[in-house]
Amino acid sequence: MTHDLAAVEKQLAEMRAQLDALQKRVPSNKLSMVVFSGDLDRALAAFIIATGAVAMGMDVVMFFTFWATPILRDPAKKVEDKDLMGKMFGTMLPKGACSVKLSKMNMGGLGTAMMKNLMKQKNVASLEQMIALAGELGVQIYVCELSMELMGFKREEMISYPAMDFCGVAKFLEEAMDSRVQLFI
Amino acid sequence: MSETIRADKVMDLKGLPCPMPVVKVSKGIKEVAVGQILEAQTTDPGSLTDFPAWARTSGNEIVDTIQENGIIRIFIRRKV
Repeated sequence: MTHDLAAVEKQLAEMRAQLDALQKRVPSNKLSMVVFSGDLDRALAAFIIATGAVAMGMDVVMFFTFWATPILRDPAKKVEDKDLMGKMFGTMLPKGACSVKLSKMNMGGLGTAMMKNLMKQKNVASLEQMIALAGELGVQIYVCELSMELMGFKREEMISYPAMDFCGVAKFLEEAMDSRVQLFI
Repeated sequence: MSETIRADKVMDLKGLPCPMPVVKVSKGIKEVAVGQILEAQTTDPGSLTDFPAWARTSGNEIVDTIQENGIIRIFIRRKV
């Protein structure tokens, strides 16, 4: 009898351990997004999905890398001590969300200007407004340290955003593994 | 039937496109008590599919939807 009880207890303990292991594998109600593109249209889509996801009750983490990195620059902030390549990237890449261009029909800036005008007419939030809204809603932003380094961007020239940090690929993967939805934009 | 629903709070979301109606309602729903009704008024046709999707995900209930003169009135009961 006591032998049977011990066997059952052992079985129960094994099942509990298995259940714990399974629970650890269930991802959180979270969205992890890589924002790679520096195009206005794609960045807008990224922020619309991010803010929508918060409305749906999800936690949202956005990782800005490569061409998307300069979207987070603050045009009002100046950084002096850059090397030649840094200066070159600094000049050639957009200075913040206000100066990113459409991926199609940019037409030397005319298309982008027309689209921005149309968005205003139709009450569509601008990219700057969407970034501010994401901040208000608690969307976490991570910026790729490697992109910052490659393009010579300094932390001091990035926008003031409530939850912004800098990271490498491991941080993204940790978040992605724990997210029910992952997107690459 | 729609005349019998009395909203405890009305949100004017007219003229706002995606994602604003859903973003604002997800905040506004917290301003009514559980069991109470929030009425969202929108002009965004996407709301007709978006609000039910939002309600299913967030665990709230759409009790009625009325369309009149281009305005969509969605009545949501806060359940959680």
